[in-house]
Amino acid sequence: MGFSFEYLFQGFAIALTWQNLFWAAVGCFIGTLVGVLPGIGPVSGIAILLPLTTVLPPTSAIIMMASIYYGAMYGGSTTAIVVNIPGEASSVPTAMDGYQLAKQGKAGPALAVAAIGSFIAGTISVIALTLFAPTLAQFAVVFGPPEYFALMFMGLSLVISLSGRALLKGIISTALGLTAALVGQDPLTGAERLTFGSVTLTVGMDFIAIIVGLFAITEVMVNVEQRITTISEVEVKNWMPTWDDLKPCWGTFLRSSAVGFLLGLLPGCAPSVTSFVAYDLEKRVSKHPELFGNGAMEGVAAPETSNNATSTAGFVPLFSFGLPTAPSMAVLLGGLMMYGLQPGPMLFIQNPDFVWAVIASMYIGNVMLLVLNLPLIGVWVRIVRIPFYILGPMIVFCALVGTYSVRFQTFDIWVMLIFGVIGYFMRKLGFPIAPMVLASVLAQMLETALGQSLLISQGSPLVFFTRPIAAVFMVLAFLSIGRGIWAQVKAKAPEVVTDDAEY
Amino acid sequence: MKKKIVGCIVLAAILALVWVGTASAADKFPSKRINYKICFNPGGESDITARFQEAALKKALGVDVNITYQIGGGGALCWAELTRTTPDGYTIAGHNLPHTVLQPLEMGNAGYKTLDLKQIYMFESTPDVLLVRSDSPYKTLKDFVEAAKKLPPGVFTVGGSGTSSANDLGTTMLNKAAGIKLTYIPFGGTGSAIPALLGSHVTALMSYSTMAVQHKGRFRALAIASEKRMEVLPDIPTFKEQGYDVVEGAYRGVAAPPGTPDEIVKILADAFDKVMKDPEVKKKMDLNAFKTEFMGPEESLALVKKKMVEYEQIMKELGRIKK
Repeated sequence: MGFSFEYLFQGFAIALTWQNLFWAAVGCFIGTLVGVLPGIGPVSGIAILLPLTTVLPPTSAIIMMASIYYGAMYGGSTTAIVVNIPGEASSVPTAMDGYQLAKQGKAGPALAVAAIGSFIAGTISVIALTLFAPTLAQFAVVFGPPEYFALMFMGLSLVISLSGRALLKGIISTALGLTAALVGQDPLTGAERLTFGSVTLTVGMDFIAIIVGLFAITEVMVNVEQRITTISEVEVKNWMPTWDDLKPCWGTFLRSSAVGFLLGLLPGCAPSVTSFVAYDLEKRVSKHPELFGNGAMEGVAAPETSNNATSTAGFVPLFSFGLPTAPSMAVLLGGLMMYGLQPGPMLFIQNPDFVWAVIASMYIGNVMLLVLNLPLIGVWVRIVRIPFYILGPMIVFCALVGTYSVRFQTFDIWVMLIFGVIGYFMRKLGFPIAPMVLASVLAQMLETALGQSLLISQGSPLVFFTRPIAAVFMVLAFLSIGRGIWAQVKAKAPEVVTDDAEY
Repeated sequence: MKKKIVGCIVLAAILALVWVGTASAADKFPSKRINYKICFNPGGESDITARFQEAALKKALGVDVNITYQIGGGGALCWAELTRTTPDGYTIAGHNLPHTVLQPLEMGNAGYKTLDLKQIYMFESTPDVLLVRSDSPYKTLKDFVEAAKKLPPGVFTVGGSGTSSANDLGTTMLNKAAGIKLTYIPFGGTGSAIPALLGSHVTALMSYSTMAVQHKGRFRALAIASEKRMEVLPDIPTFKEQGYDVVEGAYRGVAAPPGTPDEIVKILADAFDKVMKDPEVKKKMDLNAFKTEFMGPEESLALVKKKMVEYEQIMKELGRIKK
């Protein structure tokens, strides 16, 4: 079960066969594609390809599916940076700074930083996975419901720093996000809430629909109103980042990899959560926090690095315990079961060839993705120069198809359009949008963990303070809230909200 | 005038063609791709079963089978939608007990009624299993029940998948049969309850037989809620043989929209029968501790009707629905 170079080299030998290389490349390509397309996420990408498992040998199939998953994390940044549509929920923080950079004509460097960050995180995480998988797996189960609640509570406290000066507006925005997430069934008891007797509303609002509406549709409306001709007038000469672009990012790459990887070991802690946490951390340690939201390169590096680390970290509990940390992982687990491969410690003993070949393929896949993504940047950056009367309708079209493809429900399209209008008015009135997104992403887990914790403790909220890990997160959350309010009182909050960018 | 006549002829011809078309379609069903809807997340038990069946089902029916997902409301959305679908046999959906009985009972308006779903075939069940960690001091169900009795009621926590699910009902039945009070903690799915026991955040899990296999070595199964021991899990004693009348679990099958012609249902049922008797499929199901069932349309309907009476009784006793 432990690590040995012999196993790893054997793994490389298998992963480097032309057949496995081919399927890894196919997976990387599809992954980039589903990442780029808003709405179509890795879950549907992998699920659609599941039937292929009946014709492929297990190693090739799992190599391909794994590469779709981490490949999607590379692609998700593209539309976020270029046209302000986060391809996945995890790329929402990327859009906040990336789009500002694109407007300044720096879409190329931003895309490159995202790709490089993804590569570094992917590689660091695979090394950690290689060396410590069985040990790290223990970490995944230390978190019970009270610890999850405390973690999510801390996550929610980030709305304070995401709101900048507009704290009251930020809190209203958070409340709106939480309310939207309440619609549908109680995750714990299945009781209906805010459904007004409608069967359609019982399914609840999908946060992809909310996000695509708030970002893509709102953006198109604002651009049309301002008679924007192209997203960026600046001539794009150089798409490679300069040394000055990269210099502040090295620390970010390492910190965000660590944050993304450690939180990624926890089941349920999806890339969408860790990318917000990493973004906030960078803003706090930065020497120039005022740049965040106005085009800070670290603001792109942090979420894009952490979401890749998170996706790779998910393989630790998957292989060691058979625990899926994210929906995509659940599909992968299904894939393993179809081959009769039982995940767990026995997998490392009974099928070492398989496990180590998949791990080795991740080293190769990350290189492939970097090679695939860097040259593509030249193509993507031209998008910002497309006349808006052509680009605008294309964005709306992609948003419609993408939203529908998540759950195949017309209802989601209405949700998206309505949130597009809500987003438009929020921007006009200076309400920050990020807190609303974060709230709708966290709400369900927060609520589930709260209910479960209180059932376990028989109603006593002290459970969040008597368990050490939970207590640490709660204290951090209260410190963060206190600091935010103090800064507000002192009117020293870093300026995030400007006339031009209301995020 | 001439135009009108020509128009009439063309119209008649089209109608005739359509009629011939539908007639021949009914003659040899199936003649096009079948949409097999899964009402839960990809990677769940329903999805895994469908994936096991997929290849064999294509072979048995001779047409392509497309597995699609419609998720929401614990399956209710998908089943409500099914009742509004054209009953031509080209759209079928996986359906689950107790869900399709309990949702219309509890929700008031679930969007469908239990008997709206036309039963095709019931192909598997997963009995409830009570699991504790391998290093737990409770070696037997008796140890567990006695320890629960010594502590104040509600201190022992049992995790499981969902509210009003087979796991929830199984726990409630054990409470009643043993005269104890376990606190049931619902989780979002079978998989998400597992870490809670691995990390000792709950005392035990009421889970499905599949989990006893997947987490063998980490968990100890104290009892299984089936009538007889399962062939693939011969070491797990039933609740019944240990003196507690707890028989509960989830059944999974497929259903068609109301009004689907019986001939078409029979063709589909025969195909599923063939699939479930395919040694390759059976092997995969056994390996993962899915209990294979072979219930055709009539038998499935009889089971549903029996469960409707049983569950209504239990829910009334629990006070979850009005008497």
